[in-house]
Amino acid sequence: MISAAVKRETSEANRRRYEKLRAEGQEATPKGLPEATALDAMPIAEGAVISREEVPADWYTTVRLRRGEALRIIDISGMSSVSMIGWREEDTSERINCADTVKVQWSAAISKGRVILSDMGRVFVSLIEDTSGAHDTLVGGSTPASALAAFGVASRNTHENFLAAAAKIGLGLRDIPPCVTFFAPVSVDPKGRFLWNASRKRPGDFVDLRAEMNVVLALSNCAHPRNPARPSISGPVTLIRHRAPPPAPDDPCRSISPEIIRAFAFTDRLFT
Amino acid sequence: MTSLATASPAIEPSAAYIRDIPAERPWSHVLKRGQTLRIIDSEGQQAVDALLYCADDPAERYSAQDTLRVQGSAYVELGTQLVSNKGRVMARISADSCGRHDTSAGCCSCESNAVRFGEATKYQRACRENFILELSKHGLTKRDIVANLNFFMNVPIDPSGNFTVVDGISAPGNYVDITADMDVIFVISNCPQINNPCNGFNPTPIRVMISDPPAL
Repeated sequence: MISAAVKRETSEANRRRYEKLRAEGQEATPKGLPEATALDAMPIAEGAVISREEVPADWYTTVRLRRGEALRIIDISGMSSVSMIGWREEDTSERINCADTVKVQWSAAISKGRVILSDMGRVFVSLIEDTSGAHDTLVGGSTPASALAAFGVASRNTHENFLAAAAKIGLGLRDIPPCVTFFAPVSVDPKGRFLWNASRKRPGDFVDLRAEMNVVLALSNCAHPRNPARPSISGPVTLIRHRAPPPAPDDPCRSISPEIIRAFAFTDRLFT
Repeated sequence: MTSLATASPAIEPSAAYIRDIPAERPWSHVLKRGQTLRIIDSEGQQAVDALLYCADDPAERYSAQDTLRVQGSAYVELGTQLVSNKGRVMARISADSCGRHDTSAGCCSCESNAVRFGEATKYQRACRENFILELSKHGLTKRDIVANLNFFMNVPIDPSGNFTVVDGISAPGNYVDITADMDVIFVISNCPQINNPCNGFNPTPIRVMISDPPAL
């Protein structure tokens, strides 16, 4: 039996560690994040391109990335949002985890220099380039009911797109985790209400996701449920699978905080 | 330390089922349509992680993102409808003496603890292990664990996106009532986390009571 005094001492030490991590995570770490990528910066060298795909409005696709490859997602029109879920290729019970992603990084806002975590304490993908920084980790994608309510007719939607995408790799409803949606400028006001910040969307916005393990992604190009545009004015998105440059020793995604350094150490163990 | 007997509200005569769930332990029960589950934070500041599955087809389960999308706001409170991954209302918050619950922060796991607090914390009890064990009684696995509810857990999200687990606001005896709109498997992990303020750095017991709907 642990004495009350020892228990209290442990509690107090744990609280001090928590407060220190919080201060680093919300005060120091954000200062170290890289600037957003400029729209005309970082063209992909032709020799690095592995494949390209254009996904029409309301449609979906699946993409496999090997560790070290990257996926560029380009919102050509500035009117699209791209919802994403994904699984580790060798064990699809490991999948993206929005809750751990925001908890570990002390922020629901992901941007260049941030990562998306799996549910196993490992890094799934890193945001190595990002012109936008306006993505949603909280609300998720459209559904049959939300699309019907928004547009007055049954419409293609992210829930059904994910079901179809999952089915094509042998997965089903049980395998669909909460999603991240790129180019979906959602914020939370002081009363907890979700806001849509339309001015944070621009034609040509893109994000580069570097795979930190071998992954299978499902991507859905449907209007985000908070997007107030009626009728839906979504456009096609371009996906470019390419070979990312090997991470430099000071790669910001890998070294931004003590939590992230640990998450990468655990991820790298899969490959050593 | 407040004793359980004085911390919990008087037992309602209509309660058909009463259990104390020890600190750090899981629990599950099939809640029939119309029944109300009361979760009592017996000693205060205790996070209660919860998942719901449709009893007839557990592939239909609680969905945090569907719940928040339908509600249009980020926190679970009185009146919140708990929505499934098929868009149906599974249950609703029918009474609440605390006022603030979370559904965006997920559950703790050995693996995420190791990332957040250092590798030594990998070898501590965590909600995901509780969920795995409890779900196995219903033929479900880790694959079935989705983003959960965190009753009595205080996780403000500020306009910049800052996302922080802070000290709980629930006092000893605070309760939340969840009334089922369909038969659901209700699964709880009485959160064992000792590395953040969700349990005041000291996990404690909770009480659950199930009441039948009032007779017409």
